[in-house]
Amino acid sequence: MNAGVNAGVNAGVNAGVNAGVNAEVGAVDGGPAPVVVASGVRMGYGGVQVLNGVDFTVASGEVSCVIGPSGSGKSTFLRCLNGLEPVLGGSLRVLGEEVGHTLRDGRYHPWTPKEFAAFRRNIGMVFQRFNLFAHQSALENVACGPVHVLGTPQDRARTLAMEHLDRVGLADHAHKRPHQLSGGQQQRVAIARALAMNPALMLFDEPTSALDPELVDEVLEVMKGLAAEGMTMVVVTHEIAFAREVGDRLTFFADGVVVERGRPRELLTAPEHERTRAFLSSVLGSQEGSSTK
Amino acid sequence: MRTEPIADGSGTPIPVARTWHWGRWLAAAVALAVAGWLAYLVVVNPRLDWGKVAEYLFNERILSGVWVTIEISVLATALGLVLGVLVAVMRLAHNPVLSGLASFYIWFFRGTPVLVQLIFWYNLAFLFPELVLKIPFTMIGLKWDTNQVMTGFTSAMLGLGLNLAAYFAETVRAGIQAVDRGQTEAAYALGMTPAKRMRVIVLPQALRIIIPPTGNEFISMLKTTSLVYVVAGHDLMTNASQIYKANNRIMELLIVASVWYMLMTAVATFLQGRLERRFGSDAVRLVRGGGAAARILPKVAG
Repeated sequence: MNAGVNAGVNAGVNAGVNAGVNAEVGAVDGGPAPVVVASGVRMGYGGVQVLNGVDFTVASGEVSCVIGPSGSGKSTFLRCLNGLEPVLGGSLRVLGEEVGHTLRDGRYHPWTPKEFAAFRRNIGMVFQRFNLFAHQSALENVACGPVHVLGTPQDRARTLAMEHLDRVGLADHAHKRPHQLSGGQQQRVAIARALAMNPALMLFDEPTSALDPELVDEVLEVMKGLAAEGMTMVVVTHEIAFAREVGDRLTFFADGVVVERGRPRELLTAPEHERTRAFLSSVLGSQEGSSTK
Repeated sequence: MRTEPIADGSGTPIPVARTWHWGRWLAAAVALAVAGWLAYLVVVNPRLDWGKVAEYLFNERILSGVWVTIEISVLATALGLVLGVLVAVMRLAHNPVLSGLASFYIWFFRGTPVLVQLIFWYNLAFLFPELVLKIPFTMIGLKWDTNQVMTGFTSAMLGLGLNLAAYFAETVRAGIQAVDRGQTEAAYALGMTPAKRMRVIVLPQALRIIIPPTGNEFISMLKTTSLVYVVAGHDLMTNASQIYKANNRIMELLIVASVWYMLMTAVATFLQGRLERRFGSDAVRLVRGGGAAARILPKVAG
C-alpha cells in the first residue's frame, strides 16, 4: 500500500465524517464515499462455506447493526472487514481499499503482514470477550496502540489514554489490571483502547454477549455516545432495542447471506422475509419484558 | 476428628472414645527403625572419618569449586533461556525452513547425552584447530586458538546451555501457545505486525507463565554441572574428585560435595518459591481460557 492511497483514504473519510454525519443513508451518489462496500463476498474454511456472497454497504457516519442466528456468518463477515479472516471470493472494499490486496501494474498483489497492520490502524475492533492485554493495566492497554503502533511518545500517549478512559468513565480504574475489573468495565476499556487509535471505522463483535445482564447498559451507553458523535460503526449484536434506537441501518444475516436490509424500525415492525420474521419473533419473545422500549 | 462430647436425648453429654490407629503406629515404628539403622551404619562407620569431612567442608579448593559451579549454572541457564526463546519462536514461525531447523535443533540436542555434548565441545580443536571470525572474501577478522577458547569452563557453559535451550524451547513454545488467541487478535486489530505482537503482547505473557518451571531448570542445572568434571571445569565436583584422587578419601569428599549441592539447591528452592508466589497467580490467570494449550502446559513445563 503506498502512502498516496493511504492519505487519500484518510482525507476522504475524515471529510465525510465532518461534512455529513447524518447524511441520508445509502445516498452514495454525490455524498461521501461509502466506508464499506461488499459485493458477493464469499468465505469458508475446511470445506464449509461460511459466507455465500454477501452484499453490504456502510456509509460514512452510519451506525450499521447486524443481527442473525448464530452460525449465520455475521461475526465472520465483521472479521473480514479488518482482514482478520481472509475473503476468498467477491470484492470487499473498506476505507477505499480492496481488503487484502493492492492493485498495481494491472494485478492485485496480496498484502504483506505489514500492509495488513497499516490498514488495521484505521479500524477499531471490540471483541465479545474483551481481549484486553492481560499483563497490562487499563491505562497501558489504552496507550499500547499509540505507543507501539503509532510511535506516540510514552507520556503523551498516557495523557491521551487517560482522556479516553475518562470518556468511558473509568479514569479511577486506570491502574487496575483487567482481572480486577468487571466485564462491563473491561469492555469499556476495550472501547477506549480502540478509540485511542483515532479509527475511521469501529467494529463491534457482539460487545455485550459475554456480559452479565446488569452490565450491558453501561457498555451500550458508551456506544450510544460514540454514535451520537458521528462515528462510523458496524455492530454485530443481539440487542434489538439498541439496533432500533441507535442504528441507522439494520441487516439480517442467515446462512451466510444478507436476507434483508433496511431501516431498523421498518425492518423490525414489518419484515419482508419469513426467515426474518421467525428470527425476530424468537428473539423479541425472549427480550420482550427486559429491553424493548 | 470429633472430640467434643455428643449430647444424648436427655441432654447428657456422652464423651467420644479416642481411636487408636495401631497400624499407623506400627508402620511408623518399622520405617523409623530401618531409617535409623541405615543412618547409624553410615554415621558410626569406623572407616568414615568425619573429621576429614569437617576439614574439607571449607577447603579453599572446594569453596572455589562451589563458586565455579554457581557461575557455570547461572551462565548456562542464561544462555539456555535466551537461546530457548529464540528456538521456540523459530519453531512457531510460518517459514517451514526456520521451524524445521528449530525442530532439528531440539531433536538433536535432546537426542544426544549431555555428557557426549560436553566432551564434544571440549575437544572441538580436533575438528577446528582455529576459530576464525572474519568478513567473507577479505582478510579482516579475528582468529583464536580453539584450545585456548574451549577451556573446561567455556565448553561446560556451551554444552549445558545449548542442551538446556533445546528443553527450554519446548517449555517456551507451550507457554506461547497457552496465551489466549484473543490476545493475538486484539494486537492485530490494533495494527501490530506479527513480530510486534509476539514481542509486546505474547512473549511477556508467555514468560510470566513459564517463570515457575524456569526455577526448576536452574535447580536441575546446579546438579547437572557435576558432569563438568569430565572436562575438568574446576567446578565443585571436579575439585572434590581431584582431592579424593590424591588422598583416597572418596566418601568423605562426596559427602562434602553433597552438602554444598544440597545447600545450593535449598537456596535456589527458596528463591524459586518467591518467584512462584510473585508470578504463579499470574500464570494461572493468563492460562485461563487458553484452550487446549493451557491443558498441555503443565505436562510440558512440569
